Amino acid sequence: MADDQRFHLSIGSRFENIELVQVVLKDSLERMGMEDDARHWVDIAVREAVANAIKHGNSQDPAKQVQVDVSLEGNTLIIRVEDEGEGFDPSCLEDPLAPENLLKPNGRGIFYMRSFMDEIQYSPRPGGGTVVTLRKRVTGSSPKARLEQEKGR
Amino acid sequence: MKVNVRQRDGVTILDLKGKITIGLGDVALRNAVQEAINSGASKIIINLKDVTTIDSSGVGELVSAYTSATNRGASLRLVNLPAKVTDILNITQLITVFEVFDSEDEALRSF
Repeated sequence: MADDQRFHLSIGSRFENIELVQVVLKDSLERMGMEDDARHWVDIAVREAVANAIKHGNSQDPAKQVQVDVSLEGNTLIIRVEDEGEGFDPSCLEDPLAPENLLKPNGRGIFYMRSFMDEIQYSPRPGGGTVVTLRKRVTGSSPKARLEQEKGR
Repeated sequence: MKVNVRQRDGVTILDLKGKITIGLGDVALRNAVQEAINSGASKIIINLKDVTTIDSSGVGELVSAYTSATNRGASLRLVNLPAKVTDILNITQLITVFEVFDSEDEALRSF
């Protein structure tokens, strides 16, 4: 992956900063040659991850940061989102498809992340907080082919 | 997100435009629906034609709109769902909860 496609962002815990992540992510995914449809669903998954980090991880404390790292290993897009919260146990999640949960206003974010990405993984962050890692195979024109196309322009 | 509220044949229609996402769009939707219900609307249509993005918070607000309307004796319909909104409601099996119509005219006739 070219350096200009790898990015790291550190944002304060405000919901409006999700839009900043989206602008940079969109540019990066376009450069990878990801198709529009796939890009939309990655966009939603990352929104959910960053929103969770801001809301549940950092309790919307603007002094606490959310770190977002995007990289590409082979044809796999890897996005890491870190918060500075109290930690998170994903085994406590309820099934949003259960009849008793269907009409609850909350509890679908991680379900959507799992639906739109190939893999999501939670781990404790050294020093406190949570890291969620999202992985997705990039289809469409390969990143390498795309880069070669751009070099040829 | 922008919300335009209009009346047609005794029905309150909310035209949504933009992103229904956490922090802004979801709050705008909640306020518009509550305002409609509090002002006595008994038939409400939410027009999603110009919605570009919806996240879990936006979906949650649609669910809250449905339950709030039902609890207050009002009826709520969704119309003109973009494909990606349909997809996201399908994934969480909510498409069967809402009364969904392809057009505003169809939804108006359904009340």
